[in-house]
Amino acid sequence: MPQILDRKDKLPEGRLQLVQWLIVLGFLGLGFGLWQLQILQAAKYAQLAEQNRVRTEPIPAPRGKIYDRLGRLLVDNYPSFSAYLQRDTRNNWKADLPLIASGLAIPLDDLQARVTRFHAAPYYQPIPIKEDITVADEAFIAAHRDQFPELETIMASRRLYPKNGFAAHLIGYVGEPSDAQIAREIANGNLHPGAVVGKSGLEQYYNRQLMGQDGERRVMVDSHGRVVGTLSDSPPQPGQDLHLTLDENIQMAAELALGDRPGAVVALDPTTGGVLALVSRPSFDPNLFAQGLPAKQWQQWVNDPDHPLLDKAIQAQLAPGSVFKLVMSVAGLQENVAETKTVDCQGVFYYGGHPFKCWIAARHEVHGVLNIRQAITQSCDVYFYTLGNELGIGMIDKYAFALGLGKPTGVDLPQEAKGLVPTPQWKEKRFHQPWYKGETIDVAIGQGAVTATPMQLARLVGGIASGGHFPRPHLDSDAADTAGFDLPLTPATVTTITDGMRGVVNDGGTAASAHLEGVDFGGKTGTAQTISNQMLHTITGSHRQYIDNAWFVGVSPVVNPRIAVCVLFQRGAEGSFAAQIAAKVVQAYYRGQQRAERGQ
Amino acid sequence: MMRWRDFDWLLIGLVLLISLLGIGEIHSATLATKFAAVWVKQAYFLAAAIILLVVFSQIDYKLILEASPWLYLVSVGALAAVLVLGKAIFHSRRWIPVAGSHLQVSEFVKLVIIVVVARYCGEARLNLAWKDVVRVGVLVGLPAGLVLLEPDLGTALTYIPIAIVGLLLGGMRWRQLGLLTLGFVLMLPVAWHGLHPYQRARLEGFMQPQLDPLGSGYQVLQSKIAVGAGGLWGQGMAQGSQTRGEFLPVPHTDFIFAAFSEEYGFVGALALLGLYLVLLMRLIHHAQLAPDRSAGMVVMGVVAVLAFHVLVNVGMVVGLMPVTGIPLPLMSSGGSSLLFMFAALGMVMNIRMARFVN
Repeated sequence: MPQILDRKDKLPEGRLQLVQWLIVLGFLGLGFGLWQLQILQAAKYAQLAEQNRVRTEPIPAPRGKIYDRLGRLLVDNYPSFSAYLQRDTRNNWKADLPLIASGLAIPLDDLQARVTRFHAAPYYQPIPIKEDITVADEAFIAAHRDQFPELETIMASRRLYPKNGFAAHLIGYVGEPSDAQIAREIANGNLHPGAVVGKSGLEQYYNRQLMGQDGERRVMVDSHGRVVGTLSDSPPQPGQDLHLTLDENIQMAAELALGDRPGAVVALDPTTGGVLALVSRPSFDPNLFAQGLPAKQWQQWVNDPDHPLLDKAIQAQLAPGSVFKLVMSVAGLQENVAETKTVDCQGVFYYGGHPFKCWIAARHEVHGVLNIRQAITQSCDVYFYTLGNELGIGMIDKYAFALGLGKPTGVDLPQEAKGLVPTPQWKEKRFHQPWYKGETIDVAIGQGAVTATPMQLARLVGGIASGGHFPRPHLDSDAADTAGFDLPLTPATVTTITDGMRGVVNDGGTAASAHLEGVDFGGKTGTAQTISNQMLHTITGSHRQYIDNAWFVGVSPVVNPRIAVCVLFQRGAEGSFAAQIAAKVVQAYYRGQQRAERGQ
Repeated sequence: MMRWRDFDWLLIGLVLLISLLGIGEIHSATLATKFAAVWVKQAYFLAAAIILLVVFSQIDYKLILEASPWLYLVSVGALAAVLVLGKAIFHSRRWIPVAGSHLQVSEFVKLVIIVVVARYCGEARLNLAWKDVVRVGVLVGLPAGLVLLEPDLGTALTYIPIAIVGLLLGGMRWRQLGLLTLGFVLMLPVAWHGLHPYQRARLEGFMQPQLDPLGSGYQVLQSKIAVGAGGLWGQGMAQGSQTRGEFLPVPHTDFIFAAFSEEYGFVGALALLGLYLVLLMRLIHHAQLAPDRSAGMVVMGVVAVLAFHVLVNVGMVVGLMPVTGIPLPLMSSGGSSLLFMFAALGMVMNIRMARFVN
């Protein structure tokens, strides 16, 4: 039966074509979709693809090491691992924080606070969450790599500081930069939250030199975060080492000599300004900062009335007491007032009907007739009241400034205090009151408003004994611009003062107990009230915190010295106690010289 | 009575070319993964599929149309059996173990539905009554519902275009089509409620992939990144960074077009789409020339399935369609789909040759 192909046996032509065109339309849509992705937005997706597979890992640069003047290693690095969060690996990483906190034994609050701090940072930037992780932490991270892909480790070299807070204040410590530091330093390199920067001491002052430049490695990763290849590798530039003028042995002697007493010791080479020792007490262990300081420890330090974190060698601004008589002596001798002047000390000096007592009056004694040399040795207050009254505040201020008080020494440490030289202008500005001449009498013996730092006083005594040469104190042996300033002193001025200082540590002097047999050693004691006598009388109960501060500044040899020392012994009551500490530092210096001679 | 002269060599050539491109892409996309040997398996399936095509081209399509009620009953029974007995793989019961391999019953049921719909709509004369529309709806709806229960939304959806094309060509009135569309739209909220959570997540991921780039929107976003990263010329064979870095999920099955687009770029992807389009136009041509309405309807059923697969799959890859788990026919790795396609083309071949019979 032949089949006739009539229209009824065919599919309706129109509808067939409709289906056909619908299909073509659909394919056009697909082509449009492809055109959008692969032509119009190709660059965008190429970049997304790049971000998918390329990750930049920082390679931290090891910080420069720190050596003393003889090349002895003071601050070293050691390799350690840190844990950090890579936020872009996982969408809901925040939900993992409690488990991560307990796994790594971090308080959850601390971890969340840290995460919050990085809130504004770019998402690809890792958040360091624990430094110097333990073997157990590493095992935890390795075992949960699939569960917490955002949790990663990085090797970094970590600071190893001397134990027991040795030289802690001058070395300082490192930590994460503050937001202000980031803002200030961001233009200078790779500083970012999580970077390691110096937070105090030399670590802060020479941070840029010590820090080096972090390297980075661009690696290709697959969707599991596994590294499948390295694209580029820019190695880190290690930080430069720091060679100090510090002498480890003298530093050790100073640390031991000061012991647990609150205060500071500064030892300088007066010929160069190089710092030989710098101690501040109480101290702290900077290693604790490297391991992530517990908030409790921080609170304890901050609330301690003796301020362990303060570097008293450069930051304590206290009345210098009788040490200031060196300034008075220079002024009197240079102005040809004091050379031939004698004063008869009867224990008290009257000005305007008001009595100013000599310290010896408390022993019901008098100094009798003294010249300037004897007045230095005996630290006679009446002599210097008289001299001060004669010179006037203007002349005293002139020499105080000329000897480097009232302004920073420029030592290469951060946040150096500048002390205060009170002037009538200062008082007018500060208190809107005129200067009273009676105040000049107080300033003449280093009381009243005058304050100085141990660093300033160490340079002052060394400079006077060196004939008026005041190089800038510094710790970096390569420091530039150490010339400082000069105040040309007449030979007579230098001889008179050094003779007087020599007498201080010999029979009849105020620090005879600090006498060193066979060593040309001299200095000046100071016993500074922390509050006025009138105030002291009004206070009842424990007076411990108002016990006088003991000062001593010394040089050896006394003429053209090789070492200048300043000791501050807070609440030490009497300058002679400070002088004994200084003597031990000087001894350590000579032991070192002998060793060097034997060695050669 | 094989007549090689009447074979459609152009059609065979197109199909083989696409299949071979698929095997090459499977190989390229799975290098150094645990699926590295899948392309070999796919090659064996292709060989089996070619044999199946030849076999089906020798079976008179009229016999198959005659037997279609019985085939339908067997199919529905098999789907029910899969639901009850089928091995749970990937949380869905789609496969039954046959001769050491897993065959997806729902793929072969497609063939039966094509034939059943073709027979019903081919016999009806011109204007269909509502009764006819409902009957076709039930005929397709029953197996589709069983597949949906597996649950396999993607495959269930592929049954629908067969019914629509069948009804359209069978003479459904436009008013009926409009009402059906309206009813479908009104049913959408209800359907949303009935979806599995993962299916809803997929739809949400499609709507706003950037909301959850590492969650359910991940596949869509990674697919678009892979396609976009291909650019104009592509990154070259086995050079796709997204594919090789395993960012692109299942690059050898549902997202094979994304892997292909990354490696061969806009030019390659358009060329591949062109091959599919030529294949479809060739099939529609055969439908026009088919000896009777039922035969043409069978061919158009194949067209409906193939076109729906390509449009939905590629649409998903370029982010124009939600993720539904519908493979790209002929290319995606998977034996059942390949065998179905070739068996269906075997039927088309038989229909084509039948028009030369007088």
